[in-house]
Amino acid sequence: MAQRVTAVFSSIATLIVSFLNVQKVKNAGIQTLNISSWDAPFGITLVSDMFSAILVFTTSLIAFLCLLYSFKAIGEAREKYYYYPVFHFLLVGVNGAFTTGDIFNLFVFFEVMLMSSYVLLVLGGTKIQLRESIKYLLVNIISSALFVIAVAYLYSVVGTLNMAHISARISEVSTNGMPGILTVIAVLFLIVFGIKGAIFPLYFWMPGSYYAPPAPVLALFGALLTKVGVYSITRTYTLFFYHDRDFTFQLLSILAILSVVAGVIGAIAYWDVKKIIIYNIIVAIGVILYGVSVMNPTAITGSVYYLIHDMLIKAALFLLVGVIVAITGTSNLKQISGLITRYPGLGWTFFIAALSLAGIPPLSGFVGKLLIVQGGAAGESYIGAGLVLMSSLLVLFSVMKIFIHGFWGQTRFYKGEDKVPVKWLLISPVILVVMSALFGVGSESFLPYISQAAETLTDPRIYIEAVLKE
Amino acid sequence: MMKINNIILETSIKVLLFIIVLYSVYIFTAGHYYPGGGFIGGLMTAGALVLLLITYDIKTVAKILPFNYRILTAIGLLFAIGTSAGSILFNVPFLTHAFTHVDVPILGELSLHTATLFDLGVYFVVVGVTMTIIQTIGEDE
Repeated sequence: MAQRVTAVFSSIATLIVSFLNVQKVKNAGIQTLNISSWDAPFGITLVSDMFSAILVFTTSLIAFLCLLYSFKAIGEAREKYYYYPVFHFLLVGVNGAFTTGDIFNLFVFFEVMLMSSYVLLVLGGTKIQLRESIKYLLVNIISSALFVIAVAYLYSVVGTLNMAHISARISEVSTNGMPGILTVIAVLFLIVFGIKGAIFPLYFWMPGSYYAPPAPVLALFGALLTKVGVYSITRTYTLFFYHDRDFTFQLLSILAILSVVAGVIGAIAYWDVKKIIIYNIIVAIGVILYGVSVMNPTAITGSVYYLIHDMLIKAALFLLVGVIVAITGTSNLKQISGLITRYPGLGWTFFIAALSLAGIPPLSGFVGKLLIVQGGAAGESYIGAGLVLMSSLLVLFSVMKIFIHGFWGQTRFYKGEDKVPVKWLLISPVILVVMSALFGVGSESFLPYISQAAETLTDPRIYIEAVLKE
Repeated sequence: MMKINNIILETSIKVLLFIIVLYSVYIFTAGHYYPGGGFIGGLMTAGALVLLLITYDIKTVAKILPFNYRILTAIGLLFAIGTSAGSILFNVPFLTHAFTHVDVPILGELSLHTATLFDLGVYFVVVGVTMTIIQTIGEDE
């Protein structure tokens, strides 16, 4: 009980502080802090531009709601074995990774986040969790080793670890296009963050690993972990490697489109509720990174918008899937039907979340995707923009499949469903869906924040000047 | 089964233990000017405790040193975050350290640095984590 009270208080405090931080960045520009009073390139700098400030705010919101959901969903055995401390360590890692201005510090925060995620994945010790944790551990240890190697290469070329300083040094040597070695490092970074963020050929670990943990943990993973990979790709590609776009950005664009294609194939192929949503993560990552690879202001704005939307809606969907699995005791769609007669609230929340995921106009998925497609068309990348549009249809099909087969049809009764505290479990996903709907309907009022975030991404000089104060 | 009498091991540990602990404390305190510091010092202290575990058994060691090593880890983390966040009270950025030179009657001039407190946190965490790992694996059946 004491654990729960402390956790709620600290989460609410984080939420309030991160909201104030967004307002501060909005009014006063990029905030930097030189930790331990050493000046910019020599010490570690924390940088809060609009992009990271809104990501931290969204993270805090999702974390708070997942925490509320955990109270009734996680069980006493897990709570006793340090569930809440590890939960908060995960948030330390994610928030740190979003805010840091130092490439090696980013690695450290990645490790904080990953180690907590190993524990959350394996906590409980069922057979499937043990098996999938081994895979997840192996993949992430290899990718972390690659991260260190990539940082070592970059350090030996530019001789600094501060991200703003790296960017400045790279532009010094890239007056006539980027040197070949920097392109190699760029691709190495893409591989590293691609493994963390599950892009096309590197997503192989995700469907299995994300299948294992309980619902609130899964929602945290689905909403936050892969997005940190996406954030890192966006940050490194817009800040470091923007000089020679022919090769790296084309590669990013192709991989992003292939992720979309691979994701929708997985999403329509499965008859398992969890698997369908897991494959939808890969689609969303593809869409966001496609927007980044086009690299014009419209597409970048769209990507930032879609990233925030996707974090909210994926958390909501995984929590809803958690409720469905708790009621029916299975995630096999063929054994579920007629939920809507007895759980109308669950049904309609899921319906709205599904429409929002696919990008139906008044909801939040629409604006981001529209901007990305517009940006793609403006960048004369018609195939990519077309495929992103087409993917919406198949994403809609995949989630509507859950709605039609799971919620319509003959009403069934399931063993042990009376014991499920459906009302309590529905609080968090309902709030998330309402937030996401507001984010869509009130997109006009959110757009200043989003475009301020996109401005820093399209013009790295703002970032460099804020950090190095030249 | 007859109990094996390992009196030589038990006697030599009584002498060795203090030498190892003393050396680990030396390494810990010398960290600012010579190779060493909290990590290696903590590891060495944990090594001394492991030697104790090898000589006796887990229950006896728990009786000699009634620590909960998980709480020791938490205290260590508290030390680290406390010394880092303490700087905020003096209106300087997080993790800014302060130091001063003090004349102590017998020891002479000492330089006191708040980084030592941070290092003490590292020391506690390392001892706590190492002992938790070894005890957990040891007790597991």
